[in-house]
Amino acid sequence: MNALSPTTLRAPSLQTEGMTKIFGPLVALDDVSIDIKAGSFHALLGENGAGKSTLVKCIMGFYHADKGKLRLDGAEVAVASPRDARAHGIGMVYQQFTLVPCLTAAENLVISRADAPAVIDWKREMPKLQAFMERMPFRVPLDRRVASLSAGEKQKLEILKLLYLEQRFLILDEPTSVLTPGEADEVLGLLGDMARRGDVTVLMISHKFREVKAFCDSFTVLRRGQLTGSGDAQIATVAEMSAMMIGDTPIRERSARSARHEDRTVLELNALYADDAEGRPAIHAVDLKVKAGEIVGIAGVSGNGQSALVEVLSGQRPLKDGRLFINGKPFEPTRKDFDRFKVFGLPEEPLKNAAVPRMSVAENIAFRSYDKPPISSLGWWLSPGPLRRKGEDLIDRYKVKTASPDSPIESLSGGNVQRAILARELSGEVDVLIVANPCFGLDFASVAEIRTQIMEQRNRGAAVLLVSEDLDEVLELSDRVAVMSGGSITYVAPIGETDRNTIGKHMAGH
Amino acid sequence: MTGADLYIVLLAMIGGAIRVSTPFMFVALGECLTEKSGRINLGHEGNLVLGAMVAYAVSFMTGSPWLGVLAAGGAGLVLGAMHGWICALPRVNDIAVGIAFMSFGTGLAFFFGKSFIQPSAPGLEAIGLGDWTGNSAIAQALQVNPLFLVGIALAVFLSWALANTRWGLILRMTGDSAASARAMGVNIDLVRLLATAVGGLLAGIGGAFLSLYYPGSWNEGLSSGQGLMAVALVIFARWDPIRCVWAALLFGAAGALGPSLQSIGISQGYYFFNAAPYILTLFIMIASARSKSAASDAPGELSIVK
Ligand SMILES: Nc1ncnc2c1ncn2[C@@H]1O[C@H](COP(=O)(O)OP(=O)(O)OP(=O)(O)O)[C@@H](O)[C@H]1O
Ligand SMILES: [Mg+2]
Repeated sequence: MNALSPTTLRAPSLQTEGMTKIFGPLVALDDVSIDIKAGSFHALLGENGAGKSTLVKCIMGFYHADKGKLRLDGAEVAVASPRDARAHGIGMVYQQFTLVPCLTAAENLVISRADAPAVIDWKREMPKLQAFMERMPFRVPLDRRVASLSAGEKQKLEILKLLYLEQRFLILDEPTSVLTPGEADEVLGLLGDMARRGDVTVLMISHKFREVKAFCDSFTVLRRGQLTGSGDAQIATVAEMSAMMIGDTPIRERSARSARHEDRTVLELNALYADDAEGRPAIHAVDLKVKAGEIVGIAGVSGNGQSALVEVLSGQRPLKDGRLFINGKPFEPTRKDFDRFKVFGLPEEPLKNAAVPRMSVAENIAFRSYDKPPISSLGWWLSPGPLRRKGEDLIDRYKVKTASPDSPIESLSGGNVQRAILARELSGEVDVLIVANPCFGLDFASVAEIRTQIMEQRNRGAAVLLVSEDLDEVLELSDRVAVMSGGSITYVAPIGETDRNTIGKHMAGH
Repeated sequence: MTGADLYIVLLAMIGGAIRVSTPFMFVALGECLTEKSGRINLGHEGNLVLGAMVAYAVSFMTGSPWLGVLAAGGAGLVLGAMHGWICALPRVNDIAVGIAFMSFGTGLAFFFGKSFIQPSAPGLEAIGLGDWTGNSAIAQALQVNPLFLVGIALAVFLSWALANTRWGLILRMTGDSAASARAMGVNIDLVRLLATAVGGLLAGIGGAFLSLYYPGSWNEGLSSGQGLMAVALVIFARWDPIRCVWAALLFGAAGALGPSLQSIGISQGYYFFNAAPYILTLFIMIASARSKSAASDAPGELSIVK
């Protein structure tokens, strides 16, 4: 294997010189030169849409930079494809998984090798794989199909795959967004140790200052495609780093929680049952009431039925038993009832669950209103003019960064997809709001913005159901906290009468 | 019905299963291979009929049925490769192309096959696996065509290769997650082209069996939709080559139900029992559409499950 040759066995340094990448009218990267020392754990910071993913994709040969050079250990290298990058020992964990779901972990590892044998002798390979696993501080069951692994295990396997391929320059694009804080610390801690030993150099894209301060030794900041700063991550303060990220744009002041006036139940979930795709119970006897002007936060470790619950509420998953009420009247999760009861929502992974990836940003924003005046007349005629104007207006108000309202929504950066959907869902009058992991993968300024929007809807009297894997988010926003574990709600308490430890215990199933 | 009658029916069905299942088996294995790569080829009916015609013609002209089998495979390979190549063009739907190829293959066979309807070509010889018993009914039932054995060996080989070779893993990867395959530098279109071509080759060989062994002559009504039923069979077999063999045997046995009942004098409902494979197809389609495990075994890139 190429990566076993002595020259690449130690951690390399990497520089880019004047990297530039242009997408149509948008300059996604503008003359970016970064310098990453051998054996460092380097953080790449920036707002959503700053160009972080674009930069690393150029390094990986996934995109062809319009201008710029790449140096590895000081020598210029040409990387025209991910295969070239791999030959140079540069590997990446992408924001979305690249494992093959129908293959087992072992099959995924073996087939990722450039020198995978034509006939695989599993009797010989398995002990080798097991020996490799033994050396790694975190493990993944080798004989399980990837489709049946949890998100955390998949992420670990992605990283293990790079180490298995003996890649010495690791690029991680928001690697911890699918991990619990405990798993994240474990994985990053190990990578940090390997970097300090000079085994690997790590470049990590992250939005979490906590991780950057705890594990990284140097950092680079991008803003709107330009380099705005770099330095020692241990010396620079969080305030300095965030100033480099957002420039002098003021961060939105958090809305305060206003006192509640009414005590009227709006949303009522009554003994809900639903099955998962394999027919096993996913949620089990879920009872919950949400009052007007109240945020009920559902905390829980991912995979305990939260996504099934949100899918039931948004009509994506059939209800096996149980009923839903809004203002005491039966509610069916259909488009008609969403309109009638003014129910809005932001599901997780909005690109998959709440958008049509290839349709334009303006069209996606119009999904709640395309069949109503002024966009539609006579019930069937769509006017492109008002549709576009509405799109432009909302893109502006919600600061969605897009090349044009006509770009497909899938070309937006992760955070901006979230904003576009939020613009669509929050721009009207809202009585019930259902949000799932609304700040997943967002930069801190967007997090502040979105949490403020949610709080404002509450203050205006909406009943808000917030499902989040981020306990801090639940604690910050909720009036009442519920914990979901094993498909049921196992604990409910007003925010003033509970604390992080109690909630944590119930999340762990005690 | 007496015990002896039941024995005759069962023996006839086993014999029928062995005799009739071979084309199902080859088409299903070909389709399984194609679908594992993430593409569906509904045109195998065309490969089957063209294969039958070519095999018959070549056997007639050269006097060697095995040359006919090879030629049938070649014809299937060409059809499959054309399907694979066209589907790699942008915005082309594999199902539509498959339906076009079904008509194309049969049309081609009818056009060139006109002059071969009359003459009789040498067919494939069977191996008498039951001859040693001295029992003529058993000997009759266990007349096994070498292609049947080749099909079983092929299924075992495919099932092994899918799990134990680089090619097998790359094929499954391409079929399940094109994005991962691309990220790994796999040329997806090439993998699918090759899989569809080899799949077409197998379907062509299935056709050779029809014209060279059972029913054993070439005419335009030779295939009665086996090529299409094999698609249902692959879903029923949940994309597993070994299960494809069992499913093909089941279909073969169902097809032998009518004739074997007739042989003991039950001719009521003859047409109904003859329709058994089609009824079976229908029920399998309904059952597998509802089955949750079928959904989780299906290759992720298949256009019918996406
Ligand atoms: N293939 C593409 N075509 C057109 N525009 C693109 C494409 N890829 C990215 N962009 C644009 O380039 C800009 C930078 O995107 P990029 O994905 O690099 O952001 P990011 O810093 O990774 O953001 P996030 O933190 O949200 O992941 C965005 O405005 C995005 O819309
Ligand atoms: Mg990104």
